[in-house]
Amino acid sequence: MQVSMTVNGQSRTDDVEPRLLLVHYLREVVGLRATNIGCDTTSCGACTVIVDGLTVKSCTVLAAQADGSEVTTLEGLSGKDGAMHPVPAAFHSEHGLQCGFCTPGMVMASIGLLKDNPHPTDREVREGLEGNLCRCTGYHNIVKAVLKAAEAGAAAGTVGASEVSA
Amino acid sequence: MSILGTRVVRKEDPKFLTQGATYTDDLVDERLTGALHATIVRSQVAHGKVLSVDTSDALAAPGVVAVITAADLKDLSPMPHGFPFIHESIVHQWLVDDVVQFVGDPVAVVLTEERYQGEDAAEMVAVDIEPLPAVVTVEDAIKDETVLFPDAGSNIAATFGADRPEDFFEGCEVVVTQPIVNQRVAAAPLETRAAAAAWGDDGRVTIFCSNQGAQQVKGQIAGWLGIEPETIRVVTPDVGGGFGAKIGADPEFALIAWIAKIVGRPVRWAENRSENLVGMVHGRGQHQVVRIGGSKDGKVEAYSIEVIQEGGAYPRIGVVLPNLTMLMAPGVYAFPKVHAKAQVVLTNTTSTGAYRGAGRPEATAAVERAIDLFAAEIGMDPADVRRKNLLPKFTEPHTTPMGATYDSGDYQAALDKVLDAAGYADLRKEQQARRDRGDVKQLGLGMSVYVEITGADNGAGALEHAKLEIHKDGSATVLTGTSPHGQGHDTAYSMLVNDQLGIPMDKITVIHGDTDLIPAGGGTMGSRSLQQGGAAVHKAAIELIEEARKRAADILEANPEDLVIDKANMGLSVKGTPGSTVSFASLAEKEELMIDTIFDAGVPTFPFGAHLAVVEVDVESGKAHVQRLIAVDDAGTILNPLLAEGQRHGGYAQGVAQALLEEILYDPDGNPLTSTLADYPFVSATELPSFELVEMETVTPVNPLGAKGIGEAGTIGSTPAVQNAVVDAVSYLGVRHIDMPTSAMRVWKAINQAGNNAGTDRKDS
Repeated sequence: MQVSMTVNGQSRTDDVEPRLLLVHYLREVVGLRATNIGCDTTSCGACTVIVDGLTVKSCTVLAAQADGSEVTTLEGLSGKDGAMHPVPAAFHSEHGLQCGFCTPGMVMASIGLLKDNPHPTDREVREGLEGNLCRCTGYHNIVKAVLKAAEAGAAAGTVGASEVSA
Repeated sequence: MSILGTRVVRKEDPKFLTQGATYTDDLVDERLTGALHATIVRSQVAHGKVLSVDTSDALAAPGVVAVITAADLKDLSPMPHGFPFIHESIVHQWLVDDVVQFVGDPVAVVLTEERYQGEDAAEMVAVDIEPLPAVVTVEDAIKDETVLFPDAGSNIAATFGADRPEDFFEGCEVVVTQPIVNQRVAAAPLETRAAAAAWGDDGRVTIFCSNQGAQQVKGQIAGWLGIEPETIRVVTPDVGGGFGAKIGADPEFALIAWIAKIVGRPVRWAENRSENLVGMVHGRGQHQVVRIGGSKDGKVEAYSIEVIQEGGAYPRIGVVLPNLTMLMAPGVYAFPKVHAKAQVVLTNTTSTGAYRGAGRPEATAAVERAIDLFAAEIGMDPADVRRKNLLPKFTEPHTTPMGATYDSGDYQAALDKVLDAAGYADLRKEQQARRDRGDVKQLGLGMSVYVEITGADNGAGALEHAKLEIHKDGSATVLTGTSPHGQGHDTAYSMLVNDQLGIPMDKITVIHGDTDLIPAGGGTMGSRSLQQGGAAVHKAAIELIEEARKRAADILEANPEDLVIDKANMGLSVKGTPGSTVSFASLAEKEELMIDTIFDAGVPTFPFGAHLAVVEVDVESGKAHVQRLIAVDDAGTILNPLLAEGQRHGGYAQGVAQALLEEILYDPDGNPLTSTLADYPFVSATELPSFELVEMETVTPVNPLGAKGIGEAGTIGSTPAVQNAVVDAVSYLGVRHIDMPTSAMRVWKAINQAGNNAGTDRKDS
């Protein structure tokens, strides 16, 4: 079957198997491999991407279900000038990643979290990221990074808004 | 001013945060063009005789190129375990056609053009297995009623140490005995195992894999496949976590390489999480009995630990870890008498291997529980019992009754620092107030003082290689035999080079994990990287300066000893004559400027620390939650506090996870019950607090950096601290011990059990 969607601002149409998962579509058809697969049960969140402004775990969504959608992955966050988006920038400055495998999903989930709640508390960040697992950081610096990004977003008023709006 | 000791953010991050890292399954490499996907068909039965493997339906399925079974591997000898003390008949078949030994034992490999076709076809491989009695628990295994490998004669694969002398506790006023289970857990790196292999026209094979040390993988695979090491190139690209479970080659890597040769095409394999949770080695899995004896005033005279280690179906690294548990048995204490003994037992379960700390957390958890049990028995504060028995501060090496020689330590100071930072006295008051009020949520305070061993002892493991080259454009390349999977070696080693030579961080490239470029190396394990790999890089930089000094002296017509390093200009100049600099780059332009060196630490180091966990336990439900974790982790000189803190945080999380939540479970037939992340209670952000770090640095004389390992310390300290805290929260109800994980059900049962036993004599000698 044919699916058409906009991935990181680029429109495309592909012929895919109806059962193809969005994560495999992004990784193997589109060739964007930042989005990772850490489990098969929608538990770890490493595959989190943004579809029409909502964070979704792309291992649970068929590519067909995203037909007609706007999809944003980690690769789509950097500005045209190559400037790092404020959320990954905060992950960098706060050492919010180690092996980096959970990071693309964690960053996308954090952008979604901040969109819903621009000024979260420590507890709200922890609860907001419960569906994203990290084995390396103990979450300590991830929470710090999200709180820092919230501050930066509060100042600019636009954490990720331009990139992820539907 | 030196960059060392400063909070430098990671160089490797920008790529990770914009394009993503490149893990094995992400590789787009021309050598892998046209690669087939491998899907491994695994036994669904824990123990049984394979009657038939029918591949005909699978072979007819779309996209299937081949289905490999044991019959296709006749040229390959079974895989030896490599442990001289274990019976030689215990071998591992690459693909089983006689007896499967655990759920997950590989039986066939389906090769398909596309990924999804493999999962479809794998389901069509009909494997007929006649079940044999499954040996699942160590209690069953040691009865030897069913022996996994009959020629070996017993499921007890190895015994280390001697029996405890009869009179070991003679003269002790109090002796407490406690069986303890240090449960089996999954390392569960977020990136599961993956490998890809391609044979070149030159007869060499390149194996890409997710691993903690390419050089070790190469050596093992050469031995297993019976091919010359020179014909193998192992490349470990970015690696998504290891935690010990990616030490050494996995049999699957060799299998994929061999199959690529048979079919004459590149082959790639990436397991899914369910396959990972049955196929990758599990950690821990120790059944201990601790005995602690001493006087009623709190002085411990004798301590004994007897271990039964779950080895799983086939001997892997797990079978040697009890040796580390025994070596580190007395921990930080000046016990006059220490006894340790261990047995390794095989069962029809996944094999065990290393997991963060690997043998040392098991030792610490045991002795730290023992101290608390002893304190409870004599009615003394556990902090006071510790103070009474801790080794005094030492700066000269100290040898323990188990033969470990600790390099430097001040355990008393570590404990005092952490208790002060926590406000221990006030916390005890609050605990008492809650008890007096009969609150539903009770407070528990748990502490641990630990010492651990990092970096290998004498021998090949103590060596590390570093190559440092300065290029004509002034940039530098570092090649290291260590192998990062999240630790930040690129940043750390660049700092070391910058510190010596002044070359900017962004002009330094750190290369690892390619056996053609770095033929020898120890990999990253046992928290050895900075103290051995970093020390090697540091040594290379110093040797490079000496080489440059000789050459610059000729050019400047000066005595070599009159030349000083000019970091600002990245070269050497004549003392007192600014502007006379000869840059490293200009020297490299004339002649290759490269140092290839080895640092031999000779001996390991012994980092130490103290942790205090504050937990809240709901005594109606049994649910425990960690409110605070305050920690001292003394790893000697800290190169980059940011990286060191990251290692500590991650360690704490894994320690808390084991203490509270995580456990691999099997049913009585050996079926895994925790083979997805929906079933395995992987710790999430909600179960953890933000951690409170207390700094302390006791330099080691063992290496020029003064650095000890930091990677595993956090796990070693936090696990018993949290377990002790949960027990402490409900100790006023008569609870003396709860095995990990201290889940709500376990705590609730312990409370009820204690209530039922109230008034009975709990003393056991």
